[in-house]
Amino acid sequence: MPMANVLLVDDEIPFVEAMSRRLKKRDLNILTAFTGPEALDLLEKDRGVEVVVLDVKMPGMDGIETLGEIRKKFPLVEVIMLTGHATVETGIEGMKLGAFDYLMKPCDMDVLLDKLKGAVARKRKHEEKIIEARMKEITTRHA
Amino acid sequence: MNQNSSMEPVEHKNDGYYHSLRRNMLLTIIIVSITPMILVSASILYQFNVSYEEKIEAHLKTLVKKHKQNINSFLKEKSSDIGSLAKTFSFEEMSDESFLKDRLTVLQEGYGPAFVDLGVINSRGVQVAYAGPFNLREAVYSSAEWFRKAMETDKVYVSDVFLGIRGLPHFIVAVKDNWNGEPWILRATIDFVTFNNLVKNIRIGETGFAFILNREGEFQTKPLHNIIPTKEPYAGFLRNEANLKGKITLIEQTNATGIENIYVAAFLKGGEWLLVYQQRASDAFRDLRNAFKVTLVIILLGSIGIMSMAYVLSKKMGSRIAKMDREKQMMSSQMVETGKLAAIGELAAGIAHEINNPVAIMVEESGWIEDLLSEEDLKGSQNLDEFNRALRQINTQGKRCKEITHKLLSFARKTDSRVQDVQINELLREVAYLSEQRAKYSNTVISTSLDENLPSAKVSESELQQVFLNLINNSLDAMEKTGGNIHIATQLVNGTEGRDIIIRIEDDGCGIPKANLSKIFDPFFTTKPVGKGTGLGLSICYGIIKKMGGSIEARSVIDGGTTFILKLPLPKSEKENS
Repeated sequence: MPMANVLLVDDEIPFVEAMSRRLKKRDLNILTAFTGPEALDLLEKDRGVEVVVLDVKMPGMDGIETLGEIRKKFPLVEVIMLTGHATVETGIEGMKLGAFDYLMKPCDMDVLLDKLKGAVARKRKHEEKIIEARMKEITTRHA
Repeated sequence: MNQNSSMEPVEHKNDGYYHSLRRNMLLTIIIVSITPMILVSASILYQFNVSYEEKIEAHLKTLVKKHKQNINSFLKEKSSDIGSLAKTFSFEEMSDESFLKDRLTVLQEGYGPAFVDLGVINSRGVQVAYAGPFNLREAVYSSAEWFRKAMETDKVYVSDVFLGIRGLPHFIVAVKDNWNGEPWILRATIDFVTFNNLVKNIRIGETGFAFILNREGEFQTKPLHNIIPTKEPYAGFLRNEANLKGKITLIEQTNATGIENIYVAAFLKGGEWLLVYQQRASDAFRDLRNAFKVTLVIILLGSIGIMSMAYVLSKKMGSRIAKMDREKQMMSSQMVETGKLAAIGELAAGIAHEINNPVAIMVEESGWIEDLLSEEDLKGSQNLDEFNRALRQINTQGKRCKEITHKLLSFARKTDSRVQDVQINELLREVAYLSEQRAKYSNTVISTSLDENLPSAKVSESELQQVFLNLINNSLDAMEKTGGNIHIATQLVNGTEGRDIIIRIEDDGCGIPKANLSKIFDPFFTTKPVGKGTGLGLSICYGIIKKMGGSIEARSVIDGGTTFILKLPLPKSEKENS
């Protein structure tokens, strides 16, 4: 798995730390946040984050709200929703808001890595398209 | 605990309560129905009684008045005839017996046998001429009271009834006249029978009759029954002549033998005679008494009818109220159970979510240990295999916790009747899994044989889950003590109007008696003890399956088990999806 910048957001600190350790072992650059506002702050500061693994149930600003803000402010960043209880409604809501995918805790590491790979690939593909479009625009202007 | 019930708690009422309820209803209906009937009847009867008595009394008075007038007219007529004769013809002419006889004949031709005879009496009381059936010429009346009284008055004198020389009851009409300065009397005898008939014919009813008394209480006509004129009320009438003269008097009196009579009295002949009409009250008011009897019979029959109806009505109402109370109690229990289930559901959801996070952490940490172990050089370690085995076990058990909590959460989800594509087999597996714990405790084995080619059905997942759970729970209840087997099978079949999914839930429990089999889907029908079952489970299942356009039936054999067969039709467009 090529190096990628991933932000883990969950209010369960031991869970975030354990997952962070495991993902770092797999050559991922991991950032952590324990609340929605903290996550948004980090994204503001570190524009290199490519994927956010986001817990649905958090105190204060919950996962769905945070997802909404991320899609608004950082549209290229992909989000994978993670939750301890699965409801059809939350899953559909997340997908409608533009989440990449939806996983249930505890999740299998291989499954998670697979999803992260897909999310990073999509994010980079979108970036390339945007860069391509910009380049074309510049070239046309100066032609 | 979230109680959505707005019903009051239902007390358990015993038989004594319903017995006294029925009795109170019975008494209320009887009193409310019979009392007005009696009051109205009594009021009408009283009014009728008063009116009828007045009418009868008026009628009797009119009758007596009429007869008084008749008798007075009779007497006046006869007096007038004799008076005219005396005035018209002289003593000399009248003393001629053949002339006298002619005059008698004329009178008899005019008035029938009322005039018995005529006689001419001189001032010394000697009858000088006589025309009539008796041999009374030369009879001497000088000492006769009638002669004396006739000589004393200038008016026509009518005597009382007496026997006289002839020895037969009769009365005299006599008038005094003068001839050559000498008084003489023209006398006529009035036939007693003719006169008596005037009074004898005053008959009404079976016991009414009349008679005449003189001021001394002596009979002037023969009464129909034995009368003692010196007794009351007759003596009273005679004593009271001054007040009663000119009036018609009516009184009611009970005699010595206890019989109530009506007496109507009127004075005739200038107050000299008393006409009495009497009749038994029971005879006079016979129609009234009959009306009373009829009314009483009607009231009695009506009361019996009312009481019977009240009894039947109160019994039916009592039973219905008892039934409604039972249903209310069952519904209340059902609501309490539903509330409990909802609360348990919410609790389960909370617990499941809270457990999931620690389990996730445990699984992640065990994964971390696995990662670290893979870097360590533990090839020589005897425990490496054991480390790996233990870590895998932690992972497996963690996944198992996840399965359990997710199934619990799935069960605790609020009722979602949205129609969606549902994999029936998957749902059945989930339900079977949920029921496994309970099955183990009651020594029951749940097995499945599911048709893997089953397409998805457009149904409400939570409602269908409720149906399956209910049916399996019923089977588990039936085999709680004995244990047994539950087999769940699915099949896709070609029906007459497209394809159907058939689901069979079969157990080998005690079975359902034939008498109950037709009632098991009825609301509130249950064979479980009070408090154990509400009787609503299968009726809800029936309703849910029907709503889906399907059918549910039960087949059972005593001690041979029960099979529930559900049929869910697939729409024709489903053909392309399979």
